[in-house]
Amino acid sequence: MTQYIIRKILVAFPTLLIISVLIFAVLALAPGDPLAQFALNPAIPASTRIRIREQFGLDKPWYVRYYKWSTSMVQGEWGFSFSSKSPVINIVMQRIPQTLQVVGISYLLAILIAIPIGVISAVKQYTIFDQVATFLSFIGGSLPSFFTGLSFMLIFAIHFHWFPIVYSTTLEITNFATLKQAINQMVLPVLVLVVQQTASLTRFMRSSMLDNLPLDYVRTARAKGLNDWTVITRHVVVNSIIPVITLVALGIPGIFAGAIITENLFRVNGLGQLLVTSIQNSDTPVVMALSFIFSILVVIFNVIADIMYGIFDPRVKYN
Amino acid sequence: MQIASSWKRSAALLAAALLLPLLVACGGAAPAAEPTKAAEPTAAAEATMAPEPTAAPAEPTAAPAEPTSDPKSLKILYWQAPTVLNPHVSSGTKDFDAATVILEPLAHYNEKDELVAYLAEEIPTIENGGVAKDGTSVTWKLKKGVKWSDGTDFTADDVIFTWKYASDPKTAATTASNYNIIKDITAVDANTVKITWAAPTPNPYGSYVSFSGMILQKKQFENCIGEKALTDAACQAANLAPIGTNAYMLKEFKPGDTVTYVKNPAYRNADKTAFDNVEIKGGGDAATAGNAVCQTGEADYAWNLQIPKAALEPILAGGKCQPIAGGSFGVERIVVNFANPDAALGKKRSEPSQPHPFLTNPKVRQAINMAIDRQAIVDNLYGPTGVANCNILVVPESVNSKNTKCDRDIEGAKKLMDEAGFPEKDGVRADKDGKPLALYFQTSINSLRQGEQAIVKSNLAELGIAVSLKAVDAGVFFSGDVGIDDTLNKMYVDIQMYTNGPDGTDSAAYLKGWTCEKMNSAENKWNGGNDGRYCNKDYDALFAKYDAEFDIAKRTALAIEANDFLINDNAVIPLVNRRTPNAIINGLVGPTYNTFDSGLWNIDSWHK
Repeated sequence: MTQYIIRKILVAFPTLLIISVLIFAVLALAPGDPLAQFALNPAIPASTRIRIREQFGLDKPWYVRYYKWSTSMVQGEWGFSFSSKSPVINIVMQRIPQTLQVVGISYLLAILIAIPIGVISAVKQYTIFDQVATFLSFIGGSLPSFFTGLSFMLIFAIHFHWFPIVYSTTLEITNFATLKQAINQMVLPVLVLVVQQTASLTRFMRSSMLDNLPLDYVRTARAKGLNDWTVITRHVVVNSIIPVITLVALGIPGIFAGAIITENLFRVNGLGQLLVTSIQNSDTPVVMALSFIFSILVVIFNVIADIMYGIFDPRVKYN
Repeated sequence: MQIASSWKRSAALLAAALLLPLLVACGGAAPAAEPTKAAEPTAAAEATMAPEPTAAPAEPTAAPAEPTSDPKSLKILYWQAPTVLNPHVSSGTKDFDAATVILEPLAHYNEKDELVAYLAEEIPTIENGGVAKDGTSVTWKLKKGVKWSDGTDFTADDVIFTWKYASDPKTAATTASNYNIIKDITAVDANTVKITWAAPTPNPYGSYVSFSGMILQKKQFENCIGEKALTDAACQAANLAPIGTNAYMLKEFKPGDTVTYVKNPAYRNADKTAFDNVEIKGGGDAATAGNAVCQTGEADYAWNLQIPKAALEPILAGGKCQPIAGGSFGVERIVVNFANPDAALGKKRSEPSQPHPFLTNPKVRQAINMAIDRQAIVDNLYGPTGVANCNILVVPESVNSKNTKCDRDIEGAKKLMDEAGFPEKDGVRADKDGKPLALYFQTSINSLRQGEQAIVKSNLAELGIAVSLKAVDAGVFFSGDVGIDDTLNKMYVDIQMYTNGPDGTDSAAYLKGWTCEKMNSAENKWNGGNDGRYCNKDYDALFAKYDAEFDIAKRTALAIEANDFLINDNAVIPLVNRRTPNAIINGLVGPTYNTFDSGLWNIDSWHK
């Protein structure tokens, strides 16, 4: 096992290197300018913009910039953001808690909701419950979040005034009222994300259960005279959940990537929103930092998923 | 420390996550019982239930749906988020505006484009002796007794420092062009500065006014001149938290998200400051920002509602807000390419040396101008956010020409095309070699602009000219990136559309954009500013005369003449004067529209 992990980690380094070169090259080749906003402003002539580009080092070819970026990255220097003129690391750290709150909570909720629904759907296959659950999860999975987000906003915020449109990131939780306000403002973004994530997880759980239900060990358990509840919970669910756990583990880096559309729509200042505004502003150092963190997390959670598979499934052995 | 506390908060909220399903369930079950109550202000409902144990009466917290009930706080929404608060290294209007709440220039422009003294005691003029008659210098008297929010005195040294800071090429200041026109500044005394210009100028207000003129504290930025402005850790921190003289000072700044301000106790009129808290929240989009003010009343002010008419009208119908619009956000125009963009020309494409096959014909340009239905564009797309317009120079109002008109006249346009030698056959016009007339028309991706493109295309089809449309991502179109062919600077198309306007009350830099000298070409890396490659010796002579005129009345007359010249020659085809509104919640007093300054220019006097 230890050997396997070490091998995996060693392979991760060249992978990350290639990823970083690719992202950097794509960003460098993509058109855009950090001061594009001022393109037409006669008060900010082209000479000023060129000078600022030089100050940012953007006049150098991309491989020179990559070399500079990667050498300082290795030393723990993340560079500074073109639009904030301040260290990237501070900006990223400021965003992580918001993303964890909103995206993390919705992921957790999605798992809690999806697994029981998936199990019941499979056990009661083709009943009304299954049909409804299947119908809803297809709807949830196929509706894009900008649509559900805007619809929820229109219905619950603008029409009924139950929840606010604007997510306040400066809210300090000091008493019950502010706690209520904090929860209130999270409901809509969380709901949008839960709808989407629950949908796919439910389908996975259901199909995984259906794979296991007709197997011999289930028949054996029933033949021993165990009741249905015990057969399902002690035998089938435990076995069916293994691939779902892998799926869940592989989805965790996605939490850190944030939810680009949902965060933007509800003004949650998470990592997804940061990524999208940084791309728009051609703020290369921030985009690089975010995509690199994301790559690292994907690699790490791939290893974790492999290990968890080994733990939960006794048939899997790493040598 | 901030980071640590928000981590704790996120942990607390994760714990609260278990409460959420309950709440969602409650929310889902409630509709039958609650709709009538929900519409009512919850604050009023709570007032009747005052003895409720959980609501501590002294707490100023408000329910999320009705924060406007708090007259002591001001919530502003921007759909672009401020990322830096030092205006001199700003990367957009949002940064200038967020800085305006803290910092002040010597003078701001008001909605009538007049200067209002802020850190200055009075506006210098030739009459009061502040402005030298020969245009070589200007002397500003500073307000006495002004203090920075850290309690130190504001003096002439701070003014001089700001010039040194912004004009240093290594600082890479966005505002550099407002300061490198200065040769020298001397402190006549602690409260008087004399600015000597590098060259005599008819415009004495080129520096230290409006959002580009905000003055930094010397003490805070002293060691930040040059490269250090961006690289030094202390300077990076200062860029995010400038010390200012205005009514509010910074409480917390989350770059790319929210700025919160509190009262500045050292402010000269601190007793008149209306709000305990001011917040600028960035991000999202213009439509939901408008909804948050006009429909739900969550925020008090929404900036720049750049939304098509069909979406804007229902938002404004929410009734909780007033749109404030006026002046000009710029003129939406069609730029005509006088050079030939034919790809077959290779590197000579759109070079000034290659005349356009038919757009150089004044009658064709006139016909295109007459065929376009500006009123249809305004009625269908802009609604309250624009007015049909024939001038390229519309602000300040004094230079807005009354001599031009541009009513649609399709029959006249057809006649002109016939005269120009492009006869119509089966609805298509062709040149003398039988090649049908076709135009390639590009603009940025934006639903409003695609709507305009469609209208122009159908207008010109009526005239017998086929138009192919192209829409380019705004980040590319406006980037000026020399490596890309789709920028407005290169203009590898026949006509293109965007909005632009002068940067200040003096129009020289703007009007210069149609002189031969400024023509975009490979030689100047397409950065001249004259993207239509318009070149006319008579206009150059007229501009030179305008540029050399120092008398204000004569200068104004010449600016109008220059505008009329460009319009009569159809050098450019103006469409709409854009008046993008800001939404202001009912009861908020103070905000005005503003053409040449930040919309928050007078935030010190806003109140509810």
